[in-house]
Amino acid sequence: MSLAAAFFYLFSAVMLASAFMVIAARNPVHSVLFLILAFVSASGLFILMGAEFLAMILVVVYVGAVAVLFLFVVMMLDVDFAELKKGMLQYMPLAAIIGIVVAIELVLVVGGWTARPGAAAKPADTVSNTMALGRVLYTQYAYFFQAAGLILLTAMIGAIVLTLHHKPGVKRQNIADQNARDRNEAVELKKVPSRTGV
Amino acid sequence: MEIGLTHYLIVAAILFTIGIAGIILNHKNIIVILMSVELILLAVNVNFVAFSTHLGDLVGQVFSLLILTVAAAEAAIGLAILVTYFRNRGSIDVDDINMMKG
Repeated sequence: MSLAAAFFYLFSAVMLASAFMVIAARNPVHSVLFLILAFVSASGLFILMGAEFLAMILVVVYVGAVAVLFLFVVMMLDVDFAELKKGMLQYMPLAAIIGIVVAIELVLVVGGWTARPGAAAKPADTVSNTMALGRVLYTQYAYFFQAAGLILLTAMIGAIVLTLHHKPGVKRQNIADQNARDRNEAVELKKVPSRTGV
Repeated sequence: MEIGLTHYLIVAAILFTIGIAGIILNHKNIIVILMSVELILLAVNVNFVAFSTHLGDLVGQVFSLLILTVAAAEAAIGLAILVTYFRNRGSIDVDDINMMKG
């Protein structure tokens, strides 16, 4: 068994085991941590496949952003997770049946699939994966790249709009109001006769 | 034995299946459902990259990059909805989400 094969089996086993733990763990914080482990193993698989750029993106975006976002939300919400897990085992047979059916279907698809002869002809690999990907992404697929940016913008605005809420009773500085004041409304002159109060 | 396309496809299929089973198993806990969806998208990504490598065509990796973007956006929006929902109702049980009577 070659080294690459050994690493393939290592990464696959770790990824599948941690993916199983994601859905089976009692504590959702553990689920998130196993999700991170699954992503890291998947990025190892990506490196084995020669997609180094995507592997690094997977670590940066998924582990660095998405999984940490999950972690924040899990820790922020004060939820009784034991309550949510209560009826879990009674759904185990249904999940197992549907899972096995889906797995059999997918394996049948994989088994029945053949490549067109000559389709696997690889072009000469003279540039790195990142450079090759950039050459395709910024020329041929530039519009898709822009659309991806728009999706991220939409997600950002949506997340802010959904979670931002103004508490009543909090005094805020309104700079436009401050600048619009003139001395007529800011200063009040009172004629005070001597030896009397205002 | 040489590691080929089929190995990666089978691993991705098992990962996809685990994600599907996770949605059914944790049908009450919406956070784990979102994580299962991430697992499913990861399986799809593994498929795309495996085919991309096998066929020597970079389009698969471009597509995988776009899926990554959509997955990140989906996680952000989903968690934002979750936080808003928890703030309003004090619970994240999926069975309680029936205000719209749909």
